[in-house]
Amino acid sequence: MKVDGNNGAICVPATPGKNAIEVRGVRKVFGTGEAQVAALDTVSVSIRENEFFTLLGPSGCGKTTLLRLIAGFDFPSDGEIMLYGEDIAPLPPFKRPVNTVFQSYALFPHMTVAQNIGFGLEMLGKPRAEIDARVAEMLKLVRMEKLAKRRTSQISGGQQQRVALARALAPQPKVLLLDEPLSALDYKLRKEMQIELKRLQHETGITFIFVTHDQEEALTMSDRIAVMSSGKILQVGSPRDIYDRPAERFVADFIGETNFLDARIDSIEEGRAKVTLKSGATISATLPDGFKPDGEATVVIRPEHAKAVKDGGDISGVVENVVYFGTDTHVHIRLDDGETFTVRQQNARGAGTSFERGQRVGIVIGDDAAQILKD
Amino acid sequence: MAKRFSIRQQTGFTAIAAACFVLLYVPIAVLVAYAFNESTSVSEWGGFSLRWFAAAWNNDQVIDASLRSLKIASSAAVIATIAATMAALATTRTRAYRGLTFKYAFINQPLMVPEIVTGVALLIFFAQIKIATGYSGLGYLIAAHTAFCIPFAYLPIRARLENMDLTLERAAADLYATPWKAFRRVTLPLLWPGIIAGLMLAFVISLDDVVITEFVKSGGQDTLPTYMLGQIRRGITPEVNAISTVFLLLSVVIVTLFFFLSRKRD
Repeated sequence: MKVDGNNGAICVPATPGKNAIEVRGVRKVFGTGEAQVAALDTVSVSIRENEFFTLLGPSGCGKTTLLRLIAGFDFPSDGEIMLYGEDIAPLPPFKRPVNTVFQSYALFPHMTVAQNIGFGLEMLGKPRAEIDARVAEMLKLVRMEKLAKRRTSQISGGQQQRVALARALAPQPKVLLLDEPLSALDYKLRKEMQIELKRLQHETGITFIFVTHDQEEALTMSDRIAVMSSGKILQVGSPRDIYDRPAERFVADFIGETNFLDARIDSIEEGRAKVTLKSGATISATLPDGFKPDGEATVVIRPEHAKAVKDGGDISGVVENVVYFGTDTHVHIRLDDGETFTVRQQNARGAGTSFERGQRVGIVIGDDAAQILKD
Repeated sequence: MAKRFSIRQQTGFTAIAAACFVLLYVPIAVLVAYAFNESTSVSEWGGFSLRWFAAAWNNDQVIDASLRSLKIASSAAVIATIAATMAALATTRTRAYRGLTFKYAFINQPLMVPEIVTGVALLIFFAQIKIATGYSGLGYLIAAHTAFCIPFAYLPIRARLENMDLTLERAAADLYATPWKAFRRVTLPLLWPGIIAGLMLAFVISLDDVVITEFVKSGGQDTLPTYMLGQIRRGITPEVNAISTVFLLLSVVIVTLFFFLSRKRD
């Protein structure tokens, strides 16, 4: 494989349906014999060209292992990793046209900002003039022109982050890997960098694979998200899919707040089902792909997709607690069957229904609010 | 007055520290002072003079031994440092495995085996080689010094490698650097302070050695320390003090120089 075959215009138009990375049946096992642990348990996923793709999951779910396998810092025990149709799994990292932004940035402390950014191009044996031009371009892209001559120890965390990005983008990789790059920044800077990252991805047209455990970060930045747990990918979809249509309990629970209700399936038609809740109320719910009906099911409803009302509603209970959050208010309700249910209501000045502890309320579940889980 | 709590303040600590410093520096100060003695005694002051420095300077045997010492120390230090750097890379850039600790001990053998044992062993070993090859040059001394200098060079280099962020090498590899280029452009520049410290230690240790040199050297291969030892057996004049003073000055200058060099690189 030629490493330097990725020259050309910065703006690569997205080719719909073309896959930048295809992970096929990849397993990664650490240790031997009895002490064997599968960090990745037969993972398959396709990442499209020019996509902002996020691997989301708690620590130890295998997301960083998968990233390391794509970068070449480790090799899969089994399976293939295709980069534009070529298996890169057995290649060492320096032969893969893929660059990484490290969690600790890993800037070379004995080099200046400009030398750091030019390192990759230099290793590729590019002529000096081309390197200098590209470094200047990258400095401009991340707005660091004035600090080019500084040592990396003389710039702030946010600036180091920008240099790390510029350094990884300079050789025009086919795919950019980002390993929790924002976790070391404070809240405000993190928000800024989230927008910055989206801008960079848009301007460079490079496929980004982003690893994070922060669900909010994943939802706001990604084109698609893969939710991982215990070495497996549980669900892949757009942020809206993942949030509104979680297919499994772990996904529903890990991302956002959710109400879980036990239900009995009455009838199924065209991806939807009529279900009867414990309270006897009958509602309509969406079925996940690949659902195998066996009568019982768990239904999830997001707190903001339900509404608390003084009279009526699909189910009812008693208000246990009311928590004010500024933009909205959370009403915690103990249902008549003993389960808890949270409703989130938008706040408006001088308006809106207020609830008190101990008050009996009904809950209206919207038409498209309920989702059935696979497990 | 109430004293602020501090574990530094304990009864007797100051006295013990003072005693240690006296033992460390007073004998050396006396030795240096008598190097400038006019008389031939090392204990009776006969006025200020530089005559013993002049005597040492004009003593061909002293110059000869000094040059030999420098030759052996610089060769041994350089070879030992290169070997130690490779050993340190091999033992740190690896996952921990069974037997790694044993390997550390193996490399650091000269720190554990008594010098006299090594001396005798080398004497016998080299004697056989000498008979077989007929070669009797400085090579034996350089080889022996290299061997016992390795752990002194190895320890600071390993410490530096262990504290280095491994992600930096990974980042270099990610940015298309082959293992050799990653070493040259990232690991080595960051390792310099450790290598310089190792080189310095190895040099000073070699310069200083008596026991092993005494066993390994052939006739006419005196180093400065073994020459001085020989002289003292024949009765002390302040010439030995003068040589010691220059030797001391040389050591201090080297250590200070390398100390500043390694600080600057950091």
